[in-house]
Amino acid sequence: MSGWRHPDLGTEIDRSKPLTAKVDWTKIHGFHGDTLASALLASGPRTIARSFKYHRPRGLYGMGAEEPNALFDITRDGTTIPNERATLTPLTDGLKARAVNASPTAERDRARWLDLLHRAIPAGFYYKTFMAGGWHLYEPRIRAMAGLGRLDPNTNPPADTPARSATCDLLVIGAGPAGLAAAKAAAEQERAVWLIEDGTSLGGALRWRGGEIDGADWTDFARATETAILNSDGRILTNTTAWGAFDHSLIAAWQRGPDHDVHWRIRPADTILATGAVERPLWPAQNDLPGVMSAEAAHHYLTLYGAVAGRRILIATGSDASYATAAAFAATGAKVTLADARDATPAAPDGVRVLSRQTLRAVHGKTETWGATLNDQFHSADAVLVSGGFTPSVHLHCQSGGKLDWNAEKDALVPRPGTSHMKVIGAANGTFGLGPALAEGATAAGGLAPDTPDGTNWRWHPARPDIDASGRIWIDLQNDVTLKDVKLAAREGFTSVEHLKRYTTLGMATDQGRTSNFPGLAAMADATRRSIPETGTTTFRPPVRPVPLSVIAGRRRGDLFNPLKRLPLEDAHRAQGAVFREYGGWLRPSAYGKDEAAAIQAEAEAARDTVAIYDASPLGKLDIIGPGAPALLDFAFYNRLSTLKPGRARYAFLLRESGIVFDDGVVLRPSENRFIVSASSSHVDAVRLLLEDPRQGRFDPSQVAIHDVTQAWTTLTVTGPRAPELLAAVGIDVDLPHMGVAETTWGDAPLRIARISFTGDRSYELSVPLRQGPTLHTRLDVALGAVDGRWIGLEAVMILRAEKGYIVIGKDTDGLTMPHDLGWGGPRDTREDEYLGKSSLFTEAAMAADRRQLVGLSTTNVVSTGAHLVPLDGPRRSLGFVTSSYQSPNLRRPIALALLEGGAAMQGAEIGVFHNGAVQRARVTKACAFDPEGERL
Amino acid sequence: MKYSAVTLAREAVRGQRGWRPAWVKAKPKDAYDAIIVGGGGHGLATAYCLAKTHGLTRVAVLEKGWIGGGNTGRNTTVIRSNYFYPESVALYDLALRLYEGLSKELNYNIMLSQRGMLIAAHTPAQMEICNRIANAMQLNGVDGRLMEAEEAAAKVPLANQGAQARYKLMGGIWQGRAGVARHDAVAWGYARAASALGVDIIEGCEVSDIRVEAGRVTGVETDLGPIRTNRLGLAAAGATPGLAAKVGVRLPIHTYALQAFVSEPIKPILNTVLLYLGTGTYLSQSDKGELVIGGGLDRVPTHGQKGNLPAQEEVLSGLLEMFPSFGQLKLLRQWGGVVDVVPDSSPILGPAGPDGLYLNCGWGTGGFKAIPAGGTLLAHMLATGAHHPISKPFDLDRFRTGRLIDEAAGSGIAH
Amino acid sequence: MQTFPCPFCGPRDETEFHFAVEADHPRPENTPSDVEWAAYLYTVDAPQGPAREIWLHIPCGEYFVMSRNTRTRDVTGSEALR
Repeated sequence: MSGWRHPDLGTEIDRSKPLTAKVDWTKIHGFHGDTLASALLASGPRTIARSFKYHRPRGLYGMGAEEPNALFDITRDGTTIPNERATLTPLTDGLKARAVNASPTAERDRARWLDLLHRAIPAGFYYKTFMAGGWHLYEPRIRAMAGLGRLDPNTNPPADTPARSATCDLLVIGAGPAGLAAAKAAAEQERAVWLIEDGTSLGGALRWRGGEIDGADWTDFARATETAILNSDGRILTNTTAWGAFDHSLIAAWQRGPDHDVHWRIRPADTILATGAVERPLWPAQNDLPGVMSAEAAHHYLTLYGAVAGRRILIATGSDASYATAAAFAATGAKVTLADARDATPAAPDGVRVLSRQTLRAVHGKTETWGATLNDQFHSADAVLVSGGFTPSVHLHCQSGGKLDWNAEKDALVPRPGTSHMKVIGAANGTFGLGPALAEGATAAGGLAPDTPDGTNWRWHPARPDIDASGRIWIDLQNDVTLKDVKLAAREGFTSVEHLKRYTTLGMATDQGRTSNFPGLAAMADATRRSIPETGTTTFRPPVRPVPLSVIAGRRRGDLFNPLKRLPLEDAHRAQGAVFREYGGWLRPSAYGKDEAAAIQAEAEAARDTVAIYDASPLGKLDIIGPGAPALLDFAFYNRLSTLKPGRARYAFLLRESGIVFDDGVVLRPSENRFIVSASSSHVDAVRLLLEDPRQGRFDPSQVAIHDVTQAWTTLTVTGPRAPELLAAVGIDVDLPHMGVAETTWGDAPLRIARISFTGDRSYELSVPLRQGPTLHTRLDVALGAVDGRWIGLEAVMILRAEKGYIVIGKDTDGLTMPHDLGWGGPRDTREDEYLGKSSLFTEAAMAADRRQLVGLSTTNVVSTGAHLVPLDGPRRSLGFVTSSYQSPNLRRPIALALLEGGAAMQGAEIGVFHNGAVQRARVTKACAFDPEGERL
Repeated sequence: MKYSAVTLAREAVRGQRGWRPAWVKAKPKDAYDAIIVGGGGHGLATAYCLAKTHGLTRVAVLEKGWIGGGNTGRNTTVIRSNYFYPESVALYDLALRLYEGLSKELNYNIMLSQRGMLIAAHTPAQMEICNRIANAMQLNGVDGRLMEAEEAAAKVPLANQGAQARYKLMGGIWQGRAGVARHDAVAWGYARAASALGVDIIEGCEVSDIRVEAGRVTGVETDLGPIRTNRLGLAAAGATPGLAAKVGVRLPIHTYALQAFVSEPIKPILNTVLLYLGTGTYLSQSDKGELVIGGGLDRVPTHGQKGNLPAQEEVLSGLLEMFPSFGQLKLLRQWGGVVDVVPDSSPILGPAGPDGLYLNCGWGTGGFKAIPAGGTLLAHMLATGAHHPISKPFDLDRFRTGRLIDEAAGSGIAH
Repeated sequence: MQTFPCPFCGPRDETEFHFAVEADHPRPENTPSDVEWAAYLYTVDAPQGPAREIWLHIPCGEYFVMSRNTRTRDVTGSEALR
């Protein structure tokens, strides 16, 4: 290709600001306002890319997301982004670009020999070979050859794209003539209009084609539209791609900003789609040569950037649209021939030689174009600009469920009105030409058509790939799908559009088939002697064009990814040397001290010797209030709770309807009509909603309320033989029986004391409002030294409870565990009334003897949690598994809990413990290994 | 026509003119010995097994659209048998073993790539669960093992291990035989092999009703007319409950959209299949270079093959949390499939309702990896009228007896 | 992203809701047979098209009945449980 820079033209570039960039290590020059593509075009002859499969030389073809060839790994300021389209990449000074899929450069690509194999490797050849010995013998080499750009392992783009939500009266997508007319008409009726435009500024094709509207240059009309939108509380977003249409009218849009991008979720009352159309190519032999370009794209580069595609221009077309293009090129002094497929052609523009009834049969050249065959005649040319008509861009209409109809007059699949929530206007609706587009746009928004002298619709000759033509003809440039591949797919029965696509990879490249889907469909229709509507259409899947993953992912990363819940006393714990871990979504002290393992043992020992305190604030506190509370809890819980006396607490299970243990915990009854459910810390929300279900669905909700006050209280648990002493020292009266509850005051503040134990030693849960938490912490801490006590983390608590055989739901139970598996068969045997999960406790499986039941294990060394239990004799199979396993500092031996098939009846039996291929022996014991009589409580 | 390098070379010379349709586009006959509704992997594999193993060739597969167009062509192509319960392992490892010989069996390269799969854990609690699964796999005779942090990190060198990482790698479960395959090729390969054995594969044929006389299936009504048969297999994923309802069978199946995502292709950067327990996002890199990404279900039960934005944000933020450098990449395609989810996340295999009706459904998110087994088992039932020992535990009756095979419950990991 | 109407809070994003159960399938009581109980626990209609379902609006904790089309995703109504 012999591109050059026109000395005057170029509305987008600022010639006072020259820029330099490197493409494949070669310097190119451009100006501020250029895209990488326009600078490349203006910088002269070049093979700028290689194709995916055959490594064919390729040049610039298009102007936007439809560009199939010009893909680069772009480095700016030391940061590399792979697979960027030159057409969408602003040129910046010092930018470095490397052609993807080529080495060392696109021009001198070492893999260009692959093209010689093209006869042997048609579409789908890999399904038919590479089987001998297994695919794994061939795969690594094939993988290395595939792929486009290279990921830079050292570039970690920041999580800085905010997601913003918006609503508006009318969303207009696309700011070409139709979109502008619609937006202006709506804004003038004082509707809040959002206008979003993919390009850098408003106008669409007007930017390079120009036009007169309402008696003035189109730019006046665009400015008036802008003013009208802003005056009616609307908004204009340029550089913004509406990339997805989702349910209930939601549009997702990617706005590219100078500093960072924004991800918009816009929910408009009405939507108008004016996304234009993409020019179709033509299908002569060798249509993939550098120098063959979309005529519309070439026109665009000429006007906006003064980048001229060549000096001897051949425009092959059948479309009225190409005449203005021909005129524009002729005005640059280039030699322009326009070859029209039609018999009757419009008048020839000045300086343009127009030939009629011409078919472009072949393009000639090796790595660049030097001519073409029209009908049977050779024509010299250094650029062949092609136009095979236009394909409406209907992605968003189809994504929102819209259907398409084949319209022979428009020679396109156009949106069927009423099948999506959008109105589709302008070129996206198959309406071409300035006048018709403006009229359709204004009418769609209830306005009057603007006035323009350019009132006619474009007509074109329907161009199709000729399935009988000879030579190599590309349908999908990027994925190297040729007309022969489509014919092969037809021959082998891959005739549905989806099969064609999957078998040949047609339309699956990063240009998403913008220039290939239509000719592929047309060629398949021809090859199978069906019409286009009979052959079908492809589905349009989001995104409309490739969108950075970082835009959709937004800021949800690091600390903001599943954010942890934090303890109000976190800083105080840290000051005491706490190590923190995540427990059920909470960040909690695991132990206090640098040597975590040693600290855990020491803490667990101290808790039995003297006294220990741990932060139990995450423990759920659901207030169940009202006269209906006892009946609700009786139904919701496995254990009867209406019989609990005020001032007392009871351990209870909550089941799902499936009979599976969902949660356990202590329920307090501070007064007649008030209960407090201590749900497990990770289960609070779920337990609340589980209780809400019968409250609303089964009982009178006016008689009982559920109030989650978990995060309103700080709870510190004081446990150990010297606990009463410590509490006395801080002025807390502890005259309470085991499982007793008292609501009192401490100083001026409310204090709730519950004498309940998760450690097996005498324990007091002290709950104070958050505000009093630090005071309680400090007072206890000061008094702790005198009783030789210490703060302990959750790991020590885990050991203490395991010594007692107390379970942790989800750890010592799994999704099959029922309460009678845990030794709590009582309510199942005795309760006559209804409760959650009741019937599930009596199914065949629930009554089977082989249920896995909770046991303890006595072993010589600490077994691995997650080890399985196996028979010592006979075939090896899993009888269950170890759920908790620790070295007990108090018993000075290993302890373990396990779920064991028929375990309740196996006390004293010997069993194998299987871990990673090895088996050791263990003895089955009761779950409780420490103080079985509960004398220390 | 046998596929081989030799035939490829011959056709290269002959201009590719000698290829024949991979499968015959059949028109329905009046009657068949067996009919399978659903031309996905399971249905086609069933037809193949009926013809190949059981010698039944008067068999038709009825597909309302185009074969392989449902979940077979919409999944993330992972094949594995890293399960917890012996029943599940028996089923999925049968499938994996059959997959290992499938390219040869079908003379169609399904591109099985056994690159191994890592389920990555981040907390001691998750490591304990992984240990439980790894030991269960070993006891069940499957190649699973617990992998420690260092080795796991070496498998996924770009994984986020920095100070800002929300989930650091602590290790996980490794199955070396797990991998990926080319999903379309599985459907096409089975179709071609079944067609060569005389099976009628009928595309564009939607079943509207099931005919029953005297308690036995006698045929189906379709938009191409009625077809008689006494043996009917339903392998239609999310459409199965609607069909079963025609004969009064209600199923424990909810349908949800499950999304998949594909990035633009890049040179190889990831050589394993990876599931991160912290984020719930899983991925692999295709031979073409695209990252193929999946995650959790959309939250709203649906019958529409379409994904929604919140799940996309969740899955892709999960991906970038795992691999911050992937923020350089762009999303190329996204789509949704309708998956048939059963309360215990295990499939339903077995008879239901009238005599002669058999189900192969409820695969949820995991049907692709089970295709060869699903086909073998449904074919066995259609041919013999009885369960295969491997399919027996998956009978619909388990919901009455309570003997669910709940992997998520047993292992703590939802597959 | 779908928008669902909570009868108490108005239209909200789908992420705030949780599907509970299909409506109009009462809980069998007084020792139902295993078949009746399994039907209640597990089997569903999962209609392709209009459906009546019970949903939970998580922030307010209220369960309500929503009518919607599972294929087109149109929401046709929502009402409080009582």
